[in-house]
Amino acid sequence: MSGTFTKSMARNIFIGGSAFFIFLFLALSFDTVRALPERDNRHNITDQVALGKKVWEDNNCVGCHSLMGEGAYFAPELANVYDRFGKSTEAIKGFIRSRPVDGIPGRRSMPQFNLSEEELDAVAQFLKWTSEINDAGWPPNIQG
Amino acid sequence: MKYQSQLVAKPYFIAAIGLFIGQIIFGLIMGLQYVIGDFLFPEIPFNVARMVHTNLLIVWLLFGFMGSAYYMIPEESETELYSPKLALALFWIFLVAGALTIVGYLAVPYARLAEMTGNDLLPTMGREFLEQPTITKIGIVVVCLGFLFNLGMTVLKGRKTSVSLVLMTGLVGLALLFLFSFYNPTNLVLDKFFWWYVVHLWVEGVWELILGAILAFVLIKTTGVDREVIEKWLYVIIAMTLITGILGTGHHYYWIGAPEYWQLIGSVFSALEPIPFFMMTVFAFNMVNKRRRDHPNRAAVLWALGTAVMAFLGAGVWGFLHTLAPVNFYTHGSQITAAHGHMAFYGAYVMIVLTMISYTMPMMRGRAAANSLKSQVVEMWAFWLMTVSMVFITLFLTGAGILQVYLQRYSDAPQAFMVVQEKVELFYWMREYAGLVFLTGLLLYVVSFFIGGKEHAEQRA
Ligand code: HEC
Ligand code: HEM
Ligand code: HEM
Ligand SMILES: [Fe+2]
Repeated sequence: MSGTFTKSMARNIFIGGSAFFIFLFLALSFDTVRALPERDNRHNITDQVALGKKVWEDNNCVGCHSLMGEGAYFAPELANVYDRFGKSTEAIKGFIRSRPVDGIPGRRSMPQFNLSEEELDAVAQFLKWTSEINDAGWPPNIQG
Repeated sequence: MKYQSQLVAKPYFIAAIGLFIGQIIFGLIMGLQYVIGDFLFPEIPFNVARMVHTNLLIVWLLFGFMGSAYYMIPEESETELYSPKLALALFWIFLVAGALTIVGYLAVPYARLAEMTGNDLLPTMGREFLEQPTITKIGIVVVCLGFLFNLGMTVLKGRKTSVSLVLMTGLVGLALLFLFSFYNPTNLVLDKFFWWYVVHLWVEGVWELILGAILAFVLIKTTGVDREVIEKWLYVIIAMTLITGILGTGHHYYWIGAPEYWQLIGSVFSALEPIPFFMMTVFAFNMVNKRRRDHPNRAAVLWALGTAVMAFLGAGVWGFLHTLAPVNFYTHGSQITAAHGHMAFYGAYVMIVLTMISYTMPMMRGRAAANSLKSQVVEMWAFWLMTVSMVFITLFLTGAGILQVYLQRYSDAPQAFMVVQEKVELFYWMREYAGLVFLTGLLLYVVSFFIGGKEHAEQRA
């Protein structure tokens, strides 16, 4: 860096540049929030789906699974599990309900959460709702 | 060490190293669960080990940043810390709160922990990296406020340098952005959108300011190059960081329901994000080449140069690898992500904290400017063991990731997740072995602190 480029010029670029991009980012975030109702399937968020999200969070499902590609990479992607399971919430419930307490020998295991029938319905509805968000066609195929 | 109060950094650094060891042990547990699925099941399910691993990482890095700030700010401001007592009190509060949270993860099922800590009152739990009970999150905010107050008062009464202003900006940004962790709407898309305000804007925004400031400080001290030159570099680097990194957030908005213009914005700006990391590398090597003196603490200089290189590799190169939307469509949420996450976190933030510890600890322990040569040699061995094994961990995960993406998402006959995971098992075994080497390096690092306490390195400066 040559002599004519001073520290205060560098500082001004920092302040001006950051201020500009913070502002632009906030404007785009605002625009996103306005555009979301078209994409995020919010008209289908029932009390049951809301409870499902709570069950999802209270049991830290995201600590093993990814959901829309975010989370952990130890167990299958679940944003499209509703489609993978033949659009059946019953199949999802059945899978969660039937996990053995002591796991499956030698295989990556999912805990038995002892969810109530209401919670099972809710989390399955939550996964169904998630699968219907417009996420630009991700994942590439049914395997997630 | 010029000011007595800088010593409060010491407990922070010791705690950081202790928690680091815990983090790695849980990393190894998970690494084994990847290949022996029922290892420690149901006692420590994978998700619990993962929370412990990642939360310990974040907490020890925060301890490291705080210790670094408590050391740097008095020296930069040329005055004693406003309140060393407050700093020490906050240390214990943070340590106890952190320990209780980890114990909570391990002792009771997560759902029970959520219930016990009143998560329903203000639900914030159960999201990646933000698993802490709401009350712990409030504790973190309180500790941050006290910390920023203490530092702010110190800066105000003393000399104001660019290094301390950049550091303070980074730390204030860290605290402010963390507030988004309290926003958890029912709408998953909104939840995810603002979750990245914490996670991305931390590691690819304000934390880079902290990284830059610490690196600048250590380079000023160890090379003796004129502060004006170093601070000018610092401003240019962090300007590029925020110019590219803020809109770069878009690389997380491709497939979570946000409008599709983010594919273009995110790709363009995040593709530029390696620039500040590259500048950091050029900067560090330039300053060391132009050094006015040979600092006796060669280990610290090695850590500083290592940070600059590994941050560029992990964040810059491995970030670029999967950041363009058409590539990310296939790699999103795969082992490629994990490979990048490991090298970036290690190269940028683990290494900068270890740089600062390496530079300051000898002085805080009354050993003049550096440890004995013997101790430094062991420390440098630890540097190489950890760094090289992290390179291998990254390469093995990248190998697993490429196969995973091909078999599960790209080939003509895509296979199920669990089937593919079994096929790439060999890579996970090799990752685990590399992890054991990493642990060896870390233990050697701890050993280096106990070597040659009596003999000081001769001053060549
Ligand atoms: C400790 C890790 C872990 C946790 C926590 C976990 N899972 Fe799983 N889950 C797994 C594993 C491993 C599989 C694959 C099991 C198999 O194929 O044998 C799985 C499979 C599934 C499947 C079937 C996916 C498929 O495509 O076959 C569903 C649905 C599911 N989990 C839902 C959940 C929900 C809902 C939660 C939270 C309440 C949850 N999981 C928590 C590990 C976990
Ligand atoms: C030394 C051996 C280590 C092993 C065996 C290990 C193993 C793991 C495993 C298995 C995961 C979970 C991946 C998943 O979600 O499926 C993970 C996550 C993670 N680890 Fe490690 N780890 C190690 C060291 C480290 C170190 C040193 C760091 C910090 C630099 C680190 C940072 C992380 C981060 C940030 C995540 C979350 C990754 C993501 O979401 O992409 N780990 N680790
Ligand atoms: C030191 C700085 C950085 C750190 C610590 C870091 C860490 C991480 C981590 C932990 C994740 C996984 C998040 C999750 O669990 O979902 C991630 C994701 C990602 N990072 Fe970085 N990163 C850094 C810099 C960068 C840079 C500079 C780029 C681009 C050039 C980049 C590109 C990406 C992308 C595209 C993803 C999303 C991966 C996916 O789709 O699954 N990162 N990063
Ligand atoms: Fe990012």
